[in-house]
Amino acid sequence: MRRRLIAIIRKEFIHIFRDWRTLMIIILMPIMMIVLYGYAITLDMRNISFGVIDDARTAESRALVEAFAENGFFRAWPHEVRRADIEQLFMQRDVDVVIVIPREFSETLGTDRRSSIQLIIDAADSNVGTFVHNYSEQVLQIYNRRMNGKLPVLFELSPRIFYNPDMNSTNFFVPGLVALILMLISALLTSIAIAREKETGTMEQILVSPVHAREIVLGKVLPYVLLGLLNAAMIIVSARILFDVPLRGSLLLLGLMSLAYVFVALSFGLMISTAARTQLVAMFGTLMATILPTIMLSGFIFPIDSMPPVLQYIANVLPATYFLIIIRAIMLKGVGLEALWSQALILTGIGILLIAAATRRFRMRLE
Amino acid sequence: MQNESAVHANGLTKRFGKFTAVDGISLDVRPGEIFGFLGANGAGKTTAIRMFCGLLPPTSGEARVAGYDIHTQARMIKQTIGYMSQKFSLYEDLTVAENIEFYGGVYGLSRDDIAFKTENMLNELDLREKRDTLTRSLPLGWKQRLALSVSLIHDPSIIFLDEPTGGVDPISRRNFWRIIYDIAGSGKTVFVTTHYMDEAEYCGRLSIMYQGRIIELGAPGALKEKYGMASMQDIFVHLVDRDGAEKGGAA
Repeated sequence: MRRRLIAIIRKEFIHIFRDWRTLMIIILMPIMMIVLYGYAITLDMRNISFGVIDDARTAESRALVEAFAENGFFRAWPHEVRRADIEQLFMQRDVDVVIVIPREFSETLGTDRRSSIQLIIDAADSNVGTFVHNYSEQVLQIYNRRMNGKLPVLFELSPRIFYNPDMNSTNFFVPGLVALILMLISALLTSIAIAREKETGTMEQILVSPVHAREIVLGKVLPYVLLGLLNAAMIIVSARILFDVPLRGSLLLLGLMSLAYVFVALSFGLMISTAARTQLVAMFGTLMATILPTIMLSGFIFPIDSMPPVLQYIANVLPATYFLIIIRAIMLKGVGLEALWSQALILTGIGILLIAAATRRFRMRLE
Repeated sequence: MQNESAVHANGLTKRFGKFTAVDGISLDVRPGEIFGFLGANGAGKTTAIRMFCGLLPPTSGEARVAGYDIHTQARMIKQTIGYMSQKFSLYEDLTVAENIEFYGGVYGLSRDDIAFKTENMLNELDLREKRDTLTRSLPLGWKQRLALSVSLIHDPSIIFLDEPTGGVDPISRRNFWRIIYDIAGSGKTVFVTTHYMDEAEYCGRLSIMYQGRIIELGAPGALKEKYGMASMQDIFVHLVDRDGAEKGGAA
């Protein structure tokens, strides 16, 4: 048993290190992905272009426009807009919002009379629309407080934001990226490794020898566990260096949890490989089965609680769902095992279930 | 048990859905003989061999390999047999020595044993200078001889060769058959499939397979006498024509 297992593990390591091109892809791809995703995926909006229709043309109205231009979320230079052109500007995507200041704006300031500032927002992307709305409201509030002495201030909300005080969405995404990349790469590694042996006929040669299914499965998984862990470390380190994502919890705990997660992903790749005959099928199967669910359903972007029940059920069996809770808690909140043991247990359970199923399905006979 | 057949089959059948790949074949291979399986592509030779090697469960019928039941004692069979498939199945990205070591390990040989066998094998095959060469860059004839040697690493008593000489030039094929004779000479049973008629002549006995069934079985000399024909080629064509005509008449 020991000799056969060692022979398979040794051979697998030779494959890994001899094929240095693939090795480089395995090592560099996660870093590339984290750079790409890390910079591209952000829910925060900057550089909102805005147009102005200033019917008042007073010092106060200009001050209002300046309040928008100064604040960092909006572009420093507004467009002067004519009413008739609004639609056209939205269609050309020249502006995201148009601010209309009424003629009586200055006269009503500081009096009991109200005047309305109109915001015309391009909400083709509803997320962008919401952000523009919120930011504009904040700007108006600040301006009101400064200019409008009569504004009755009854009470004020003073939020204190925990764990991510800058409301930086990178902090939210990077742990999710770790979950996504680890799942994708680990599952790809094993599914392709086995499919390749089926293609070249070497699997048949192994299957006529007296090896056990569990020896083949373990021999394939163990070397790639190391590779997967290496990947996890590189992603987390580059996330810290590039994006300054905090790591508040125990590094050891994070390592152990990543280990469990990599194990789950590798076993999942094995499951796929038992059904796939060629490397191409294995690759596409793995991409389909990992990327989409992990991005859409694991809570990577969209909160699970607001999904329809059917999707919530699916989310509840995805390993990434649990790993996401764990890694976010460890990195952002510094939580220890005492608060995460149930997720840790479920994750490990899924891993054991998957590897047992893969071994079972890994029939010693070719069908 | 000494006199028992090396390979024994009785009504061995394999169906894939509605298609019957092997249709109730029965045969007995004597220990130490070179037994040939002659047939066109798709006649069911590979499927039959895979069942004997424990790679495919039969649909019905029984078979024993080296005295072990293929239904219940597949593991014992696997330890006792060698197998070389028609596809070259060494790892192309491993060196010659690494391939030998890997398969030695898979059969549970000790490190010393593997080292010893590796040296022997490299000497025998005249591959000593190539020990650290990637298998990928060996010529096909050498690859196949290496694959054959590797499939013998655990000293099996029966060796199954599935079209071992496919795609190899005539000189290499003749060399390969010299090795097969050596193997049989050392007391091992050789079970070989081929669709080359000249190779059929080299076998001690052979069975001719057609559409999943064995339509003739005997020594090449005896078969030639029986049909009054000069070559296996003629006999094969004659039998296939006859069988095809029978089927056509029945339909």
